[in-house]
Amino acid sequence: MIVVDHLTKKYGSLTAVRDLSFRVEEGQVWGLLGPNAAGKTTTMRILTGYLAATEGRASVGPYDVFEQPDEVKKIIGYLPETVPLYPDMTVAGYLRFVAEIKQVPPAKRPGAVEEAVRVAGLESVRGRLIKNISRGFKQRVGVAQALIHDPQVLILDEPTIGLDPAQIIEIRSLIRSLKKKHTIILSTHILQEVTQTCDGAVIINEGRLMASGSLEGLTASFEDRDGVVLKLRRASTEAASLFKKVPGVESVERTGNEYRLEWTKGRPDLRDDITRLIVDKDLGLLEMRPAGLSIEDLYLKVVSGGPVQ
Amino acid sequence: MNNVWSLTKKEIRAYFGSPIAYAVITVFLVLAGFFFYSLVWWFNNQAMEASQNPYYAQQLNINQMVFSPLFHNISIILLLVIPLLTMRLLAEEKKIGTEELLFTSPVSVTQIILGKYLAALFVLVVMLLPTGILTALTFAYGNPEPAPVLIGYLGLFLMGAAFIAVGLFFSSLTENQIVAAVLTFGTLLLFLVLNWAAYSAGGVWRGVLNYISFFQHFDSLTQGMIDTQDLVYYASFAFFGLFLTHSVIQSRRWR
Repeated sequence: MIVVDHLTKKYGSLTAVRDLSFRVEEGQVWGLLGPNAAGKTTTMRILTGYLAATEGRASVGPYDVFEQPDEVKKIIGYLPETVPLYPDMTVAGYLRFVAEIKQVPPAKRPGAVEEAVRVAGLESVRGRLIKNISRGFKQRVGVAQALIHDPQVLILDEPTIGLDPAQIIEIRSLIRSLKKKHTIILSTHILQEVTQTCDGAVIINEGRLMASGSLEGLTASFEDRDGVVLKLRRASTEAASLFKKVPGVESVERTGNEYRLEWTKGRPDLRDDITRLIVDKDLGLLEMRPAGLSIEDLYLKVVSGGPVQ
Repeated sequence: MNNVWSLTKKEIRAYFGSPIAYAVITVFLVLAGFFFYSLVWWFNNQAMEASQNPYYAQQLNINQMVFSPLFHNISIILLLVIPLLTMRLLAEEKKIGTEELLFTSPVSVTQIILGKYLAALFVLVVMLLPTGILTALTFAYGNPEPAPVLIGYLGLFLMGAAFIAVGLFFSSLTENQIVAAVLTFGTLLLFLVLNWAAYSAGGVWRGVLNYISFFQHFDSLTQGMIDTQDLVYYASFAFFGLFLTHSVIQSRRWR
């Protein structure tokens, strides 16, 4: 179990993470989601003991990150954003070195290396120098080094970045297969990654928590909302204010010639009223579709606007 | 201790798995060989002249005339090559991102620093050992006193050990290896020649400058004199360098 409790990290005058709290239950995969520079990497670096926090607490398993850093480091496997590889080592030699510094007992090291090579699918490159293998293999060596000491917790910073689509699918299925034995936090700015691999998500922006919870829980917060997206030939700000006057419509957002209208579910369907208005005012309806209120909307919403409870 | 050894092994492999160690050692040995040849040739000339002059012949001393200047010359070569040996130690880890692996592993910062320090010391020893062939030649064809020669080697080792600590410190400050090397070289050179300023300085400063300069402590060792003060000087120099390195790494986590 991973608990982050009112964590704040300042770099001089820049606050990278402010008052961040969330928890991840054992055996789950959670995504740390946010745009670039949201504070994802900083949060992970604090959890792994690479950086100290300015304020707040964090614990991994039974150990406090700041009081018992060595214990925490023993149970965490960490894939940093820049995969920490020594280009002049062979894949197997590198994994052996990592096994040593991760305190794998000498007798178990050969087995640990074999297992990591097998799980990450590195059999074909095990004897090659790291500088000579492809980007996808390098990323997999990164995953292998994170797994080598069979840690309870895996922290993966952008595990699929820079990979081609086929490799992305491979890494995602690898992560899903690891879920049974490990608690995993992965960071990403790609939504599909969360919907395809994670049980829950923590959405952050500018260092602040925007939303967190299980995927069902997060989308459920939208279930009482309904809405439509309209595409008009004659779009104008005037049209937006007309839509706002329709009784029941709670919000109108305009992007180009598209309007997004939302209202509370359960009321009589407003679609008829809206259509009538468009025809009356001759706005030129090109398209009308239901506004899919998914995690994607949630993400775009929290990233552009304020937090959602 | 096992952690330190793992890191030392890794660094030694990195030195000898790349051209660094071979290039540095080759340059060192070629220069050391050249200095040795010149000194022996000069000594030989002096000996020829002395054969005409019995009084002068008594003044001839191979320890004084070959080994002492040889050790001084070698110390200058060390000044040139050690920054090249130490520059990558921490700067490279930072540059390629592997320090994140090291600092999130259950090994202490002290163990990381010691592992790297010992690896560089190992290269220093590997570099100094072949010069033993030159020494052996002088023993085969002449009769120098062995003790001062050994003490001179001890001096070279201690001086190199202090140099490496300084190099490790500058390597911890930057991710640019050239910057680390230049700062190390500049600092070492300054400490070597600091005693020049002692001549013009008066009073307490003369003593202070003479004490902190490498030169005086090394000079007495090349003459075959062991003084605890000199040993303490080098040991504290190395310790101070390693301590500063530790502080730099620790403080970065909090920034």
